[in-house]
Amino acid sequence: MTMQQTAQPAKASRAEKAKRSRSRRIYLIRKWAPAYLLMLPGLIYFFINNYIPMTGIVVAFKKYKVNTGIYGSPWNGFKNFDYLFATNDAFTITRNTLCYNLAFIVVNMVLGVLFAIFITEIKNKYAKKVYQSAVLFPFLISIIIVSYIVFGFLSVDNGMINKSILEPLGLEGIAWYTEKKYWPFILVFVNSWKEVGYSCLVYIAGITGIDDAFYEAAKIDGAGKLRQIWSITLPCLLPTIITIVLLNIGRVFYSNFGLFYQVPMNSGSLFDVTNTIDTYVYRSLMKIGNIGMASAAGFYQSVVGFCLVLFSNTVVRRVSPENALF
Amino acid sequence: MLQTKGEKAFQLIAHLVMILETICVILPFVLLIMSSFTDENELVAYGYSFWPNKFSIEAYKYLIKKGGSIFRAYGLTIAATVVGTTIHLMMGSMLAFSLALKNLPGKKFFSFYVFFTMLFSGGLVPTYLTYTNVFHIKNTFFALVVPYLMLSAIHVLLMRSFFSSSIPDAIYEAAEIDGAGLFTTYTKIVLPLGKPILVTIGLFAGLDYWNDWLNGLYFMSDQKMYGIQTLLYRILEDIRTLASSAMGSAAATSIKIPSVSIRMAIAFVAIIPIIIIYPFLQKYFQEGIALGAVKG
Repeated sequence: MTMQQTAQPAKASRAEKAKRSRSRRIYLIRKWAPAYLLMLPGLIYFFINNYIPMTGIVVAFKKYKVNTGIYGSPWNGFKNFDYLFATNDAFTITRNTLCYNLAFIVVNMVLGVLFAIFITEIKNKYAKKVYQSAVLFPFLISIIIVSYIVFGFLSVDNGMINKSILEPLGLEGIAWYTEKKYWPFILVFVNSWKEVGYSCLVYIAGITGIDDAFYEAAKIDGAGKLRQIWSITLPCLLPTIITIVLLNIGRVFYSNFGLFYQVPMNSGSLFDVTNTIDTYVYRSLMKIGNIGMASAAGFYQSVVGFCLVLFSNTVVRRVSPENALF
Repeated sequence: MLQTKGEKAFQLIAHLVMILETICVILPFVLLIMSSFTDENELVAYGYSFWPNKFSIEAYKYLIKKGGSIFRAYGLTIAATVVGTTIHLMMGSMLAFSLALKNLPGKKFFSFYVFFTMLFSGGLVPTYLTYTNVFHIKNTFFALVVPYLMLSAIHVLLMRSFFSSSIPDAIYEAAEIDGAGLFTTYTKIVLPLGKPILVTIGLFAGLDYWNDWLNGLYFMSDQKMYGIQTLLYRILEDIRTLASSAMGSAAATSIKIPSVSIRMAIAFVAIIPIIIIYPFLQKYFQEGIALGAVKG
């Protein structure tokens, strides 16, 4: 009797608990459903644009046939890679991609820091603004326009350099688009012309964040401008510099396609010094139609690129954790 | 305070270097603009120059008269930029808003799902094959808007961190207490208060669309579907593109095109929008770069 009496309320409370937990579940679904709905379009987009192609990377190990698609084509083992690495191309494109990127990193870092220091130190407010605007502007222009400008200077028949500088001096015009030796310099110059504004602005943001008290103290101690830059600005900026450089190192296997494809006008005699992994993949895929080679080179780029990103991020996390991607 | 000698010298050098850099930036644009205003015969004889002997607006006259396809390409680029940027911002902010919610079940998984796309990519070949063989976007307007640059994870993550740290928690809590659902919170609170980040991200997305020529290069075989940058690319490669695109017939070749100057004229027309908006939006560009809103 007593047992029953005590069991009764227990039963009721269990039923109530179940009911409450059901209503809680309904409440939670009601509450969060809109969030999932809002997320859905973006998630689907990433699925289509990123995840399907990620699985499609297996095409590098297949003998691709149009009618069967990526997943239906027969496996091919490492044949595509054998072909790729049997040619000299694999070495050339790796060398070009790496060397140009390293040159870009160094030049953009040095010029970017230099310009950033000058711009922040310049006292004339108006001039400061003009310089800052000028440095950034080329960054916003498409690489196609850049290729037009380069063409304006280098065109063999109408180029400004041949027609207005070399010929009046009695020198013979240079066939810029077939002479290999100039292009490493041209490409580095064009790249920093276009990109230096970006790194410069990042460094300006870094310098603005330095505590003024350091400079006040230095002035009281009688430190000159150069001394202040050397002992305060540069050391304080170092984490930013290292971070930017490392993040760029994470991307050394990728190149700006337009810079290497369209700025040299896709000129065949320049391939030796302008062919990078990206242009190689594009030409193999679209111009030659060799999907095997293209996908092998693409796979090589994706996998090494992935490792580099992981590596650079691991180091960034040590140097300045707040700038690490993860 | 008096300037010391060293400081004066430093200022002088700084100005000199920066003036040099500014000239370096401006001169190429002067060449581009001046060339477009140069008489065609003058160009053929003396090439592109900073200050032509004989000015002419022939190239622009030709553009207005015969440049139907150039305006078409221009229009397509504008449409792709407007549609693309709008979708980018909507999808991106919706996703970012959800990921910014504190107790969302599965939040870790979804964040990683978005984030991982920044680390690993399938590359051009599978992307191209997916879009052409599975979704058949070749020669459609979708090709200008959908692939390659529509939404990048970094933009989503930047918006998320703005929504979760720059909009105070108290506002979200107040909305919840007042019985606002998540939809209402998104439209009535996050969108209006998130305006600064939306403008910045939208600017970079819009710029990417405006400057994009790769989607045209990869996915368009029909010249009618080129955006302005892709058309420019084709014209530099082969001026006959212009003749055939201007008239849409072989008869075009019989009319003399001011081919040397008109290239530069079209290029100039394509950067005019950027030159116009730059002074007004420079602040946002700078903020965006400092935030890290630049992709890749």
